[in-house]
Amino acid sequence: MAVDESMVARVAGLARLQLAAAEVEPLTRELNNILGWIDQLQAVDTGTVEPMTAVIPLTREWRKDEVTDGDIQQDVLANAPQSAHGFFAVPKVIE
Amino acid sequence: MAETYTIEGRTGPWEVVLGLEVHAQVISKSKLFSGASTTFGGEPNSQVSLVDAAMPGMLPVLNGECVRQAVRTGLALGAKINLWSRFDRKNYFYADLPQGYQISQFQHPIVGEGKLEIETEEGGPRTVGIERIHLEQDAGKSIHDLSPSASYVDLNRSGVALMEIVSKPDMRSPAEAGAYVTALRQIVRAIGSCDGNMQEGSMRADVNVSVRKAGEPFGTRCEIKNVNSIRFIQQAIAYEARRQVEILEDGGSIHQETRLFDPDRGETRSLRSKEDAHDYRYFPEPDLLPLELTAEFVEECRRSLPELPGARRARYEAELGLTPYLAGVLTADQDSADWFEALLADTAKRQGKPPRDVAERAANWMTGELFGALNKLGVEVADSPVSPAQGGELLALLADGTLSGPLAKQLFEIMLETREDPGAIAEARGLKQVSDTGALETAIAQVMAANADKLAEYRSGKDKLFGFFVGQVMKASGGKANPAVVNDLLKKALNQA
Repeated sequence: MAVDESMVARVAGLARLQLAAAEVEPLTRELNNILGWIDQLQAVDTGTVEPMTAVIPLTREWRKDEVTDGDIQQDVLANAPQSAHGFFAVPKVIE
Repeated sequence: MAETYTIEGRTGPWEVVLGLEVHAQVISKSKLFSGASTTFGGEPNSQVSLVDAAMPGMLPVLNGECVRQAVRTGLALGAKINLWSRFDRKNYFYADLPQGYQISQFQHPIVGEGKLEIETEEGGPRTVGIERIHLEQDAGKSIHDLSPSASYVDLNRSGVALMEIVSKPDMRSPAEAGAYVTALRQIVRAIGSCDGNMQEGSMRADVNVSVRKAGEPFGTRCEIKNVNSIRFIQQAIAYEARRQVEILEDGGSIHQETRLFDPDRGETRSLRSKEDAHDYRYFPEPDLLPLELTAEFVEECRRSLPELPGARRARYEAELGLTPYLAGVLTADQDSADWFEALLADTAKRQGKPPRDVAERAANWMTGELFGALNKLGVEVADSPVSPAQGGELLALLADGTLSGPLAKQLFEIMLETREDPGAIAEARGLKQVSDTGALETAIAQVMAANADKLAEYRSGKDKLFGFFVGQVMKASGGKANPAVVNDLLKKALNQA
């Protein structure tokens, strides 16, 4: 698999990354190097190996259904650039 | 087979193909991945943990109850439970999604294929396939009309567990889509996995609509997002299908897109701002372990399921001999069915008869008298002022002749107001049917004496006057006389010349 410059620009847009035009070409090259390396790994036959889905052998670390958190409106809003009446205030989003 | 629903275009009839994605909020005290409360209507941002606010370094921990409820819902829909599933990140940017991604299940959902029986008035019973159910987080809520210059964001809903229940494209009319949501709502309410409250947004649907000529492959679909009532779902489908037919017949083509339904105008509109958003760049959620279930856990979930509405309805028809109509009304929601079963058990016990023998009478009384009264009072059956045991007592008093039909109605009115037991009311207010022949014979004699002229007419062949005498005796008894006994006694007395 390989990416071209237009795909890099598109993915950057989706991820809200602002790339200067001059950054696109080197980034495309770097990403293709990484993808090339992954292609190399794909060459290994893993047909008989179970997929590894986690490095920690834990499965049922579930939480009990209890209210143990919340009621910290001040903390939640503390880093907000703007807040009002207990809400985050963000630039108007018009649908 | 009933008539198929079609959109009549200039070039002939078009078939409508529908698939629904229903988002159902899981009933749980705390959120899917945090310990913050899920209660509806709290102060803004008061039910938010630092996990829900996506503060750096916070880690999600899965709520086991939400897993259990998703599995129970899957089992209730006869679906395959996947013992191994996984969470994925769905990436997009929006002001009310603080993480910048939603934790969802994309490739490996917890529940696989199942099915749901639906029934429409015109179409009869039909099966709709379920494609999958997965668990995911809800987003926060944006409020656009509180400030002229800003949108306000409340994260209380952020992180609340949702089940996304995805149907196959098996529905062909607005009525079927409505019946599907109704049936689904009955099931999740019956098993207690979702409260089904569409007004508060606990259940909402994305509706996929496409049109085609009969026998052709599926057309391109449009998705109408977040429709929150069954009526709106049906209106949105009718509008959207008509819109697509007009475009196609004018030689155009449908672009796959997300649309919004505007209930005020009854139309759907394109949501152009999200054109790019369809590339969600899913990848496995690195902060969570795969979700592994044991067969014992699934079995426990299965054992915890109550009787489902469809099975209950079939049982009412087969075992209790109720008509499909009565069985349908009584099983439409869990509260009605529970009330009816309590009434039936009490009635059968008091009258010493098998339930089947008293079921129809009890069902008729409940759907007629009780529901009528509750409707007038604007009260749900769960809050009925009359209890099932009181209903059973009333039916017993009717059955053993203590009460006549009209007296029972009168007494029921008093029960609704006073909440007293019918036996006590009948005793205290003397509302008992008089079947005592001695007392009635006296009354009859008095009536006959007072109406000597009518008596003579009757005896000379004017049979119709019999009704007049019945009425007079009933009146003399204050409406309490047992009509059957009055009839018998009167016949004897009048014909004794």
